[in-house]
Amino acid sequence: MPDMSVKLAGVTLKNPVVVASGTFGFGREYSQFYDLSELGGICAKGLTLHPRNGNPAPRVAETPMGILNSVGLENPGVDAFIAEELPFLRQFDTKVIANISGNTPEEYGIMCEKLSAAGVDMIEVNISCPNVKAGGLAYGTRPELAAEVTEEAKKHANGVPVMVKLSPNVTDITEIAKAVEGAGADALSLINTIRGMRIDVNTRRPVLKMNTGGLSGPAVLPVAVRMVWEVSQAVSLPVLGMGGVSKGEDAAQLMLAGASAVAVGTALFADPFAPLKVRDGLADIAAKQGLSAVSELTGGVKPW
Amino acid sequence: MKVERKCKVIAKEWLTRDAVSMTLDVGDMLYHARTVEGQSIYPGQFVHIKCGDGLLLRRPISVCFWEGDAAGGRIRIVFEVKGEGTSWLARCPVGHTVDVLGPLGNGFQTTPGPYLLVGGGIGVPPLYACACYTGCSSTAILGFRSKDRAILLNEFDSECIDVQIATDDGSLGYHGFVDALVRQELEKEHHYQGVLACGPRPMLKSVAKVAAEFGVPCQVSMEERMGCGVGACLVCAVAMKDGTVKHVCKDGPVFNAEEVDWDA
Repeated sequence: MPDMSVKLAGVTLKNPVVVASGTFGFGREYSQFYDLSELGGICAKGLTLHPRNGNPAPRVAETPMGILNSVGLENPGVDAFIAEELPFLRQFDTKVIANISGNTPEEYGIMCEKLSAAGVDMIEVNISCPNVKAGGLAYGTRPELAAEVTEEAKKHANGVPVMVKLSPNVTDITEIAKAVEGAGADALSLINTIRGMRIDVNTRRPVLKMNTGGLSGPAVLPVAVRMVWEVSQAVSLPVLGMGGVSKGEDAAQLMLAGASAVAVGTALFADPFAPLKVRDGLADIAAKQGLSAVSELTGGVKPW
Repeated sequence: MKVERKCKVIAKEWLTRDAVSMTLDVGDMLYHARTVEGQSIYPGQFVHIKCGDGLLLRRPISVCFWEGDAAGGRIRIVFEVKGEGTSWLARCPVGHTVDVLGPLGNGFQTTPGPYLLVGGGIGVPPLYACACYTGCSSTAILGFRSKDRAILLNEFDSECIDVQIATDDGSLGYHGFVDALVRQELEKEHHYQGVLACGPRPMLKSVAKVAAEFGVPCQVSMEERMGCGVGACLVCAVAMKDGTVKHVCKDGPVFNAEEVDWDA
């Protein structure tokens, strides 16, 4: 059995499989199916400074090998997370990664102060939510704003590693990656969802009440692999790769493209056990290839 | 406890041109689901079924009837073929297995005593579970688009004191919507513990309004496009009167009617 542990921004994960923010709540629901200590890490549901109700329903639509969502960052706010959810997550032997979104750089800073004081293993800075009007995606599509948010987060994270989640909804993702690296980020996570739309041809209405949403699922895997590959060559930061992972081979592709660890998200909805199956599939691939450690996959692609 | 099981289809029957009844052997699912009171499922709870490999979201379907013990259990579901997922399920032959997650959600809360069960269309099946659960003491008011869409009439007849039918086109029973029959019944009878309703949102809204007028507590089973089915992805949001948001899969599908913001 190869060594499954990996390092991400100085944090050791017992295995490379993390669950993606927004697909796993705060862990309570899936803890009824298995021990959360089996996971490499948990990216908790995205937090904002104040509670948010999110967008009107329908918030989900199925597409060919994908889904669109327009949840819009429904969450109880950072204080409620710290008081009510973090103690629950802390019972498990897994890394807890808080995910934050702000309307202003200052809000990111305030949340980083609160979360670093409360004790999380990492902070994932979301500058790429396609479903909110203010902040969100705007920070993720302009290098100078992405850098400003990163700097502010770093300044207030008190040494807790800061991982910046990048949007695929840009012409050149490496520009944003470089800007964020320059501003002091410790790691990058990618990709967030790709903006998409589905229309009901009979009613002529978009299926989502917000008209558009974010695409995830197997349909986006090749985009994720390509972007992880591009980013890994452009910067020296470690990468948490995600986008359409539902089996070990998908995770191995992202690692070969340059990811140090991977996140599983949408696959959970069809199969609550998907993260464990991805982990086992990844271990099989590493074993079959005679690797002593799964981390040897990282960046191992041999491009033509 | 919620479990995922591969369940064999042991019976299948088309009830109308687009409603299918299917009985699943759910193995030890009911045993795992039992509560401290020894109850395995409550009427109104649902199962989340994976419909083939190409679709990424399961389909939530209410439980119509269940039976079993520690040795094994069976669940009957009745669903309408609406899209790709339900067509796949409807094509699934007897003897094949389907991947089922359940039982999920919170069902109807009942105490002994007669209830007024109000169902519309494909919202009717879970009320059959209520009829059985409330010990043959309830009255059912069932609405359908037309006579050829009516389902489960014999089942309700054998489990209810009285069954009243309404159709949109008048081809069977009362010509009109169920809320008119609910009003008529509540004017006549005052002994109901409550109204239990399942159906399209406009129907639930009018039934809730009538129940409130008569001061009878009303529980409604709501529907919304669902993702995970367990409360993690938060897509199936319903706006509440107090300004909060609840989720059909985890907080519902059954809600107290007065909690729901019907104008949202």
